Formats: sequence, C-alpha cells, structure tokens
Amino acid sequence: MKAGRTWAWLTFAAGTAYFFIPLIATLEFSMRMRRGIYSFDAYQVVLGDVRFQQTFGYSVLVSIFTILLGVLIVVPAAYWIRLKMPYLRPVVEFITLLPLIIPAIVIVFGYIRMYGSNSPLPFLATARGTDLLLIIGYATLALPYMYRAVDTGLRTIDVRTLTEAAQILGAGWATIIARIILPNVLIAVLSGAFLTFAIVIGEFTMASLLNRPAFGPYLQNIGANRAYEPAALAVIAFAITWGCMSVIQVLSRFAPKSANQPN
Amino acid sequence: MADAFLNIQSVKNDYGATTVVQDFNLGVEAGEFVSFLGPSGCGKTTVLRIVAGFETPSAGAIMVGGRDVTNLKPNQRNIGMVFQAYALFPNLTVAQNIGFGLKVAGVPRAEANARVAEMLDIIRLPEFGGRYPYQLSGGQQQRVALARALAPKPKLLLLDEPLSALDAKVRVSLREEIRSIQKKLGITTVFVTHDQEEALSISDRIVVMYGGKAEQIGTPFEIYNRPATRFVANFVGTLNVLEGTVTDAAAGKVRVGESEIVLKQPLSDAKAGATLSLALRPEAISLGRRPGHDSSLSGLISDVSFLGSVIRIRVDLGKNAISLDTFNSPATPPPTVGDKAVVNFAASDLLVLAV
Ligand SMILES: Nc1ncnc2c1ncn2[C@@H]1O[C@H](COP(=O)(O)OP(=O)(O)OP(=O)(O)O)[C@@H](O)[C@H]1O
Ligand SMILES: [Mg+2]
Repeated sequence: MKAGRTWAWLTFAAGTAYFFIPLIATLEFSMRMRRGIYSFDAYQVVLGDVRFQQTFGYSVLVSIFTILLGVLIVVPAAYWIRLKMPYLRPVVEFITLLPLIIPAIVIVFGYIRMYGSNSPLPFLATARGTDLLLIIGYATLALPYMYRAVDTGLRTIDVRTLTEAAQILGAGWATIIARIILPNVLIAVLSGAFLTFAIVIGEFTMASLLNRPAFGPYLQNIGANRAYEPAALAVIAFAITWGCMSVIQVLSRFAPKSANQPN
Repeated sequence: MADAFLNIQSVKNDYGATTVVQDFNLGVEAGEFVSFLGPSGCGKTTVLRIVAGFETPSAGAIMVGGRDVTNLKPNQRNIGMVFQAYALFPNLTVAQNIGFGLKVAGVPRAEANARVAEMLDIIRLPEFGGRYPYQLSGGQQQRVALARALAPKPKLLLLDEPLSALDAKVRVSLREEIRSIQKKLGITTVFVTHDQEEALSISDRIVVMYGGKAEQIGTPFEIYNRPATRFVANFVGTLNVLEGTVTDAAAGKVRVGESEIVLKQPLSDAKAGATLSLALRPEAISLGRRPGHDSSLSGLISDVSFLGSVIRIRVDLGKNAISLDTFNSPATPPPTVGDKAVVNFAASDLLVLAV
C-alpha cells in the first residue's frame, strides 16, 4: 500500500519533470537574449516583427474559415449518418481517418497537379484561389478530429426522437440542425474547432508548398535563422494551445444538461 | 365512418418482407379520444407513426378533416405528438420548448408568449417557464411535452405510451390530467398504450390490436363485456374459457363436462358435435345461488387465494377450470380446498368466442 503510493508519486514526478523541464528550459533560454540578466527582449522582437503579425493574422483567418467549412460539412454529415444511415458509420469513420494515414505532402502534391493554372479548376492561378485550396486542405487534415468530436456530441442526445419532435412541430431540416442539433453539440463542435485551430496555426507542409504567408513557414524560417526568438515563439505557441484547452474546459461547464437520454 | 375527422383507410405496412400492419381501418370522430391497446410489437407505434407521417404506408390512405395527407411530410400535417421518452429539447427552456412550434410557424412574439403562458397554466406549471428540462421531474417533463404539442393548436393529438416511463402514482394522476385537458380543448386524440386499465379508464373508444390488425374496435364497456375474439377476451381482464361440445345448435345447447348449458341464442354457424369456447368473467360467477343465475356447473375447489377485499377461488370442473371472485366478509370464512362446489352464472353472461 505504502510502497504503491510512493511509486505512484515517483512516476508522477518523473512525468511532470519530463513534461516541464524542457518547457522551463525553453522559457529560461528565451529570456536570456540580453547578456547577464533575464528580459523579455526576445518576445518584444518577435511580437514587434511585422511578419509575425502578418503570418499569425493570416493563419488565424484561415483557421476561422477552416472551422466554418468543417462545421458546415461535418455537422450535417454526422447528423445524417446517425439519423438515416447508421450502417455507413464504420465506412465514414474509416474515411475520416485517411488524413492521418496519408501524409499532407501527398495531398498537396495532388492539389498542385490537379488544380494548376492550366487545369479545368485553376485554384492555383490566383492567390485567393490558393487560399481557398489551403482552407479545403486544412479542413481535410482536421476531419478526423472534427468528425469524432461531433459524433461524440451527437451520442449524448437522442438524435432521432428530437428530430421527430421538431419535425412534427413544423420544423424543416435547416431549423432542426440550427436550433436543435447544433446547440446540443456546440461544446463538442467547439472542442473540434480548437483542435482545428491548433492544427492550422502550426501547419507547415501545405502552407509552404502552396507558398502562402502562413505562421508555420514563418516559424520554420525564424527557427532556422535565429537563436532566442524561436524559443520565445515556442513558448507563445504553448500559451496559445493551453489557452484553447482552458477555453474548452470552461465552455464544457455550459453544456446543456441532457435530460432525455435514450434509455 | 367516411366523414370521421381522422380516417385510417386500409393501411398496410411492410418492413422488408414482414408485414407489421395490415388492413387497418379506423375512423376517429372530431373530439374523440381513441386508444390503441395491444401487446408489445403488435404495430401500435407503427400505425401512429403512419398517421404522423414518419412512415409511409405500403398501401392505404390517411385522411384528416376530409383531406388526404398520406403523402404530406410530418412538418406539413399540423399534428401534435407526445413521445414516450419526453423528447424535450435539452438546450431550450420550458417556455422555449412550448413556444418552439409557434416560433417555427412565425407567430408574432407577443402572441406566442401569451400562448406559452396559457399553456403553462393549463399544465399547472406557471412558475416553470424559465427552467431547463433537466430541472424537471419525469411527470413535469411529460406535461411540458404535452403543452409543447398543444401550443400550435394542432388538429390532432397523438400520444405514444406517454406514461410508461413514469411511476404508478404519477401515471394515474397524469392520465386523468391528459384526459381532462383533452376534453377541455376538444382535441381529437389517439393514445397508444399496452396497459388495459389505462385504456379502459380514459378512452371513448378502444382499438384492441394484435399482429398488426385491429381485433376489435369499441367502447371500453363493449370491449370488456363483449369481447369479439378470444384474444380480446384474454387480453382485456381475466377470463375463464370453457371448452364445450355443441349438442343442439338450433336450441343453443352445449355440453360442458357433465352438464348441459342452454345458451340464450341459437348457434347458427355451428354443427352438433363441434367444439367451441365459451368465456365467462370471474365477476359474473357466484358460488351460492343468486337471482338471475340460471346455469350451474359442479366441481371441486382447487385453490383459494386471499387478495384483500376479494377472495379468488379456483374450481376444477374436470376438463375445465374456473376462477371466480367473492367479496371478503368477516362473517363467512372462505371455503377450503377440496370442498365440493357448485358455480352459478347467468347463461346470458356467456360469450361465444370466435377463435
Ligand atoms: N424500422 C423497422 N424495421 C423493421 N421492423 C420494424 C421497424 N419498426 C418496427 N418494426 C417491427 O414492427 C412490429 C411492430 O412494431 P411497433 O413498434 O409498431 O410495435 P408496438 O405495438 O408499438 O410495440 P410496443 O408496445 O413494444 O411499443 C414489430 O414486430 C417490430 O419489430
Ligand atoms: Mg410502441
């Protein structure tokens, strides 16, 4: 009993150390830009860099559109599969896993071959078109997370009965999805959204090969050429991810308490 | 029948190769309360869902108010429905739940709010508008579901076993409440249940269903006292079934064990020597002589069970056995097992069952 507890604490301490020591070391290193004393100079340099602001702003914008696209595709699809075609669920689950198996670089080469300026669908001919293609690509990369999050959310409500209750009260599909289904899986959708955000903010391959001014290529560029700034950027990236996690935690408290679980 | 408010005409429904509803005909008058009663899996829900528009019948038609609605979508039918599992929207408050149908229909906000307040009064939960469904008991949730179904003033109200998830006390009080609200609003109602007491106590008429068919349609009194088929007789109430042999069809004479019973009507479609089933309710039988009890059978008492105010006695009649109820009276102790007994009844209480 006593020994078991000791081991548990030791394991916990080892895990904590494994996790925190690199983080603390990075933080410490990022603050040593000015010789002899700790300072936030590296952060000032990074945050003051116009390219940081531009690429970060660009990636945030792209992630917002990616999330919108993902929600618009995944929520109705997952809902429809639960409602009308439950037998298709294993197939769809497999399809949504494909982006984890197929490397992004394969997808992006496919894009470049398919949508070049001489192709019937010349997405790559203009910057806007390329942005659009990037968003579509990101939505694909985020699909495994988004689909699972939404599907888990749908499991907590009695989709079929709620749909029928709304239908018999006169509601059409758009109303049912917007007023009943989406609000009840909103927390799940938001956690999917933050995961999407985290993926898009750090993504390098697609943005780089499509030559868009995103945050990922900027990170890579700084990392290859500077000493202290990459450490500061890493800490900032951690802060953003953790911020997202805490927002998910806070939001989940407001999840509607489901009173009509199917028994 | 043809001018009834709700007309279910020769409806049939198949799932793949299995037919779950067949040749179902029913006319429900405006303002009438009709119950579907039957064992699990007999197709009650299926018929109700066809009326609501969630299923399309393989054959037949649904007419509401003289209009053919068979091919209308559920959201075009203006029907109210209450589900077994309440199905309140968890993300909306009680008031928003009740107002949902009104909002969808584009009713102006002030009018909708007034209607919601009115419905909250009708279900006697005026203080609960701001609560969420998870903050209500099962009975309260089901009342809200009823109010939600009624708020848009539907032409027809459908309830699919709305009480079966509730405990016994709430079930009784809520069924009376449903009935009184239904009477007050005069709304045509179809109520599904597998509980015979529930159906008998609140319905204008009952449809007893079995194997996807309507076995008998009638008032609770008719269903209970004059069951048309053996299934109905068995399903509704407790019933004694006696096997007999026809001795004289024209005179209505039947031999049951050692005795001969003379029925009140001739057996027009039976031949001498044919066997037939006669049904008799326990409450129509007495041990001693009673005025009007013109027939008797004798046997041995095989079981006596004390049920409180009533004592149920089982009498062995050779091939047949009969259960009968007597009131418990402190002055007369119940008979003992093994005693000889003569059971008396009126031949007019015997029901000849179609098998
Ligand atoms: N979607 C379906 N696919 C195949 N068969 C079905 C389907 N829905 C119902 N059935 C079958 O139809 C028959 C009638 O079902 P229904 O739900 O109408 O019964 P019920 O009378 O409402 O029973 P209960 O009292 O248990 O609710 C059952 O045998 C059932 O197995
Ligand atoms: Mg049912």
